[in-house]
Amino acid sequence: MSALAIRDVWKRYGATPVLKGIDLDIDSGEFAILVGPSGCGKSTLLNIVAGLDTANQGTIEIGGRAMSRVAAKDRNIAMVFQSYALYPSMTVRQNMTFGMECRRVPRSVQIETVSRVAKLLQIENLLDRKPSQLSGGQRQRVAMGRALVRDPLLFLFDEPLSNLDAKLRVEMRMEIKRLHQRLDSTIVYVTHDQIEAMTLATRIAVMNQGEIQQFADPDSVYNQPANLFVARFMGAPPMNTLPARVVVEKDRLFAALANEEIRLPLPTTRNAGAYVDREVVLGIRPECIVEYSRRLESSTLVEAPVEMTEPTGAETIVLLRLGGHEVLGRVAPDIRLKPGERTRFSLDTRKICLFDPATERLIN
Amino acid sequence: MPSRITLSRLAIHATLIAIAAFFLVPLLVVVLNALRSTEDITRAGVIGLPHELMWGNFQRTWSSFCIAQHCSGIQPYFWNSMRMVIPATIVSTLFGALNGYSLSLWRFRGDTVVFGIMTLGVFLPEQMRLVPWVIVLRDLGLFNTISGLVLIHTVQGLSFTTLFCRNYYISIPQDLMKAARIDGAGYFRIFWRIVLPLSPPILIVTVIWQFTGIWNEYLYGVTFTRGEQQPITAALIALSVRLADAPQYGEQSAAVLLAALPTLLVYLFGGRYFLRGLTAGAVK
Repeated sequence: MSALAIRDVWKRYGATPVLKGIDLDIDSGEFAILVGPSGCGKSTLLNIVAGLDTANQGTIEIGGRAMSRVAAKDRNIAMVFQSYALYPSMTVRQNMTFGMECRRVPRSVQIETVSRVAKLLQIENLLDRKPSQLSGGQRQRVAMGRALVRDPLLFLFDEPLSNLDAKLRVEMRMEIKRLHQRLDSTIVYVTHDQIEAMTLATRIAVMNQGEIQQFADPDSVYNQPANLFVARFMGAPPMNTLPARVVVEKDRLFAALANEEIRLPLPTTRNAGAYVDREVVLGIRPECIVEYSRRLESSTLVEAPVEMTEPTGAETIVLLRLGGHEVLGRVAPDIRLKPGERTRFSLDTRKICLFDPATERLIN
Repeated sequence: MPSRITLSRLAIHATLIAIAAFFLVPLLVVVLNALRSTEDITRAGVIGLPHELMWGNFQRTWSSFCIAQHCSGIQPYFWNSMRMVIPATIVSTLFGALNGYSLSLWRFRGDTVVFGIMTLGVFLPEQMRLVPWVIVLRDLGLFNTISGLVLIHTVQGLSFTTLFCRNYYISIPQDLMKAARIDGAGYFRIFWRIVLPLSPPILIVTVIWQFTGIWNEYLYGVTFTRGEQQPITAALIALSVRLADAPQYGEQSAAVLLAALPTLLVYLFGGRYFLRGLTAGAVK
């Protein structure tokens, strides 16, 4: 059953459309992530789902029920905000019971629910504190606790980890994932951080300029990006994209770069037959460009000048020049590369993507 | 910090003391005269130290001094002012808080226009509003009543209280409102449970502002009330009318001090909050 169905939702501020006909079906138990650059409309969409904002056109269904005339409080949802939005004058306990109080949940049930959720999130010792006496990570937990006491059809998370420092963010990310697995709840989660999207989601909706670019599982989004935007947005560092030409040689398709100096065999799964002798955009992930010693049987050897290196500890990101274009590769940290030196690299061509230069769509 | 007496430091202090004295001398004269007998003042002049301390001035002024044929002292007028200032302050502050809450946290179409019109009241001169109030009070039958003055001060206070509260509440994050709406709280529950508990700093500011403003107000008091219905500011003037034929500086000085006492007390106890509240939004 679809827990959330979004049909042709439009939102305009004045004449500017911020959502241009969004369609989305999220199944029960799914962890769906809306990801995109700031201003892409993802938070607006979440607010419309929550009933905090209204669409100009289109419908929202939650649990199979149309939401057009249903107020935020009656949608059976719970929301976690980026700013946590804890009520400053109330204790943690009061923050958690406030919603139940509004819904006239019996006192005994309130007490029972708070202690269960507090135990789950390990915030039992914080219950009598005010939000101002909590650290960022503790506030984040309380904000989740306030959502969890409701047991809703849908959890909405609006960039919940953006205000945490890097270390805490990784910890809380794992904790949210664990909670989802444990509670089997349906979550719609907004973020601009594509790593959060990759690590948490069962399905990712990549948004840009008010449109859904792709809605698929993380593996597909990463390896079969629907278009150039998705290819360049997902992944850190992002996918390399460079102009190429499709050529045929002995019944096999190749992508020719740099005046045909470099020829990369194309995976047979890419139906690029229609593009023979035409210009395309070739996409290759940085992790497919590695040092020569790590070559695979199917790898293609290239020799390219190194322009710059960025050691991250676990690996070294290397900027090289391939057929006149800057390309990023990832090599083992013990490989010492000198800028300006021509070095041999191995290209794993099995996951090459091709895009139509006019429509920017994946050639498939 | 080591204190070194330098010439410039001396000059600064001397200037400050001179300016402070300039402002304090009138108060000092009034305080001293309130403790002097009429004979003493008539003989030695208005400026001088008390020959002997006449605490009786305060008592006579309070309960037996004659103001325009009524020899009951300033006491009834003092209570008139209290009956005017307390309800007007409470009601205008409460409505100002509600207005400010609506205008800042429940944005609606045309809210900035409504806010603009309301704050315009801050800039309208009192005299301009006299005639409309004459008509309103006449039609409501509230002429020459304390209730009439309460109505005037409540309505006119709304401009200031709304402005203060709206500018304070505007810094309450919208996410808080969203969270409360999802939790199922409505307009009034959000106000009572979330917004009002955050409000003491600004409520103290508006209460002080309204209390002193309404207590010290004179024009409406003297225009719309007569005789025993007058607030204390208007009665003080009636008292000084007698000054021309038989000057009684002692009692009059005591009356001035008694009339100024409530606002002085409010400022002494709430002044700290007042300054803190006014700058609350600016620094954050």
